[in-house]
Amino acid sequence: MTTTTPDVVHGPPATGTPALEARHLTKHFPVHALRFGGERQVVHAVEDISLALPAGTVTAVVGESGSGKSTLTRMLTQLITPTSGELLLDGEPVGKSARERRAYTGQVQMVLQDPFSSLNAAHSVRYHLARPLRLHGTPRAEIEQRSLELLERVSLHPAESYLDKFPHELSGGQRQRVAIARALAVNPRVLLADEPVSMLDVSIRLGVLNLLDELREREQIAILYVTHDIASARYLADCVVVMYAGQVVESGPAEQITDDPKHPYTQLLLSAAPDPAREEPVELRGRGAPPSLVAPPSGCRFHPRCPFAMDICRERTPPPLPVGPANGGQVAACWLHSTESATAAPAAGAPSHLSTDAAPEA
Amino acid sequence: MTTIEPNAAAQAAAQAAARAAATASPAKAVTPRRPLGEPVLEVRGLCVDYGVGAKGVQAVFDADLTLHRGEVLGLAGESGSGKSTIAYALTRLLRAPGVITGGEVLFHNRPKGSTGPAETIDLLEADAATLRRIRWSELSVVFQSAMHALNPVARIDSQLTDVLKAHRKDMDAQARRERAIELLRMVGISADRLRAYPHELSGGMRQRVMIAMALALEPQVVIMDEPTTALDVVTQREILEELMELRERLGFAIIFITHDLSLLLELADSITIMYAGRIVERADARDLFRAPRHPYSLGLLNSFPALHGEKVRMEGIPGSPPSLTSLPKGCSFHPRCPFAMDVCREKVPALRPAFAGEPYRSNACWLHDGTGPVPVELAAVSPSASGSRAGTAAADGGSAPGTPWAAGVGPAPETAASAGAEGSSADAAGHPAHAPNHQAPNGDQA
Repeated sequence: MTTTTPDVVHGPPATGTPALEARHLTKHFPVHALRFGGERQVVHAVEDISLALPAGTVTAVVGESGSGKSTLTRMLTQLITPTSGELLLDGEPVGKSARERRAYTGQVQMVLQDPFSSLNAAHSVRYHLARPLRLHGTPRAEIEQRSLELLERVSLHPAESYLDKFPHELSGGQRQRVAIARALAVNPRVLLADEPVSMLDVSIRLGVLNLLDELREREQIAILYVTHDIASARYLADCVVVMYAGQVVESGPAEQITDDPKHPYTQLLLSAAPDPAREEPVELRGRGAPPSLVAPPSGCRFHPRCPFAMDICRERTPPPLPVGPANGGQVAACWLHSTESATAAPAAGAPSHLSTDAAPEA
Repeated sequence: MTTIEPNAAAQAAAQAAARAAATASPAKAVTPRRPLGEPVLEVRGLCVDYGVGAKGVQAVFDADLTLHRGEVLGLAGESGSGKSTIAYALTRLLRAPGVITGGEVLFHNRPKGSTGPAETIDLLEADAATLRRIRWSELSVVFQSAMHALNPVARIDSQLTDVLKAHRKDMDAQARRERAIELLRMVGISADRLRAYPHELSGGMRQRVMIAMALALEPQVVIMDEPTTALDVVTQREILEELMELRERLGFAIIFITHDLSLLLELADSITIMYAGRIVERADARDLFRAPRHPYSLGLLNSFPALHGEKVRMEGIPGSPPSLTSLPKGCSFHPRCPFAMDVCREKVPALRPAFAGEPYRSNACWLHDGTGPVPVELAAVSPSASGSRAGTAAADGGSAPGTPWAAGVGPAPETAASAGAEGSSADAAGHPAHAPNHQAPNGDQA
């Protein structure tokens, strides 16, 4: 990195201390050196991401496969240890001892993508819900009652009839609701949902998304919604964070991102997304595939695919720059929005709004 | 499920009305329907069961499809709706316990270069020799998972030339190799990947190889079963663009099977929607999007959040798809249907045109049997009707007495024009909602 990145924390704007905050999270996975005496190589999976999840908000992380969105989620759950960076729960640094980790899991829970494999086929719904309750110290006498409450919270009525069912007796949507109920068992403040609806039938996806929205509204849970579907991110989230090759390329209020994307990669994603209301033929902006993360491209990692790439993009990593309406909270890591490179006009055919209206103040 | 807000039904109505309004705006209404070629594949009354006797379930019941030359026919439905089963049945690739229990699949074979009348073959009756002649060279399949459909221990070139070796006996090794290179180039892969193994290619490239293989013998029909489901949106878009270019150039017809209706609406000429083994609606893509006739189609359209426009709360479809072993009596959709009537619980509706003026589209719903009022959401004017068929359809629709939809949709052109809704089209959620004449369902995720 040749530039010093200014402190930009992605996430929805909120006053007070966010429920969960990640500062400069970085994860490098070591890979075996291919040649004798070769340098130790690493996969640069996530690079310096700061993210805040205030209570009562939904933040969506959008990106292609391999963009690092799942790695980011797993670091937030402490399932994998970051190479560097720190986590703050209610403003307090998260400790490393076993006791502190246990306390952390009581506050931050995760919902996995595939409810067909995340529930144990050999155990009933009752077992799935009782186990986290017991591990987090619920008295034995209360477990039954609490389990029923949990099923009600995820709108599985009548709750009694679900308690003794096994996963194979439930439909995909019901299974995902049980998985969400299990995550809610410890009364977490933060819920991390990694592609919670992508394995479900289209007609029941909205039901699960609406449930997440109700949990946010009713119980003020901070939710991180990881997805590759930018339309559903817009539907559910307050704030959208777009990731590419391990870095955040753009973030801001959900509707602002989809209605007026500033980063060329966000524009590419939006142009590729299916949109039946589209009248004109699709013009795909930039082709190709994401780069190898073992030796990521120099400068901006998107520059090999970017239709507007300039010299500076190949040399220096762009810092997150404020874009869009003043104080709108939208930031894009792109040199096109920098005053530094304002003299170097973007390539012919670039939309004029790309280079001109970068807001001067944050 | 979640408590449904009282205005959910009103929103659904508003969206349908907005869709209708957008179609009625003069700028877009004039695009005529794409002229169709002669039929190349006709499926009549196809029935498929899994298992026999008491444990058997009907996976596909009485399916009728017509694929025309050069057409992209989209087949949409949720898991278990029977869409893939149709593909396997009509290529005779269905394995036990799947049994084809009825119907016919007529393939009108007109090989490249032949000028005579098309030879008609019933694929369900055809013997092994005929099937061998037709499969791949005239009718090929692209399967969903290229990861599993390609042989992991064979190089790309041997997999590509294999089919040529079997079907083009007159080609020598050199000619086969050249053809393989040509095929790869056609789908945008450079020739130096010829000696690669599947694991050395990215997911998108593997799927491209699958498409190249399917096109190797220049078939008349290509069946694609969820060809891009496992891919990222950008890769998906690239592959679909290439596919459409190839179709323009080579003139094959496609049956495109997917659960992603929003993709199909952009891609397909006509769309067939399946639910629990039955076809519930058949229409042109544009007609289906702007003017769905079946409540399930409407529900599916309301299951995809829009990319633009105002954010509105959407409800999807309450409940979940039925199990084929315990299908509800009558219309299988009635437990989830907001408009269900008594007759829906008793009798299965037949597939037929909704209105007299729309012989080119049909649906299976009792609401459209002509006896009762049709909810406004399901009664927008088809864009095709305002195009080439403007005269008949509009007249028929307008004069139908007692149908609320005629009144509901009538003022749409003015409203659309005054709201300037041309650009944002379907998402003009601020459009005045017409009160639905049916109560919203008491949504229960049961």
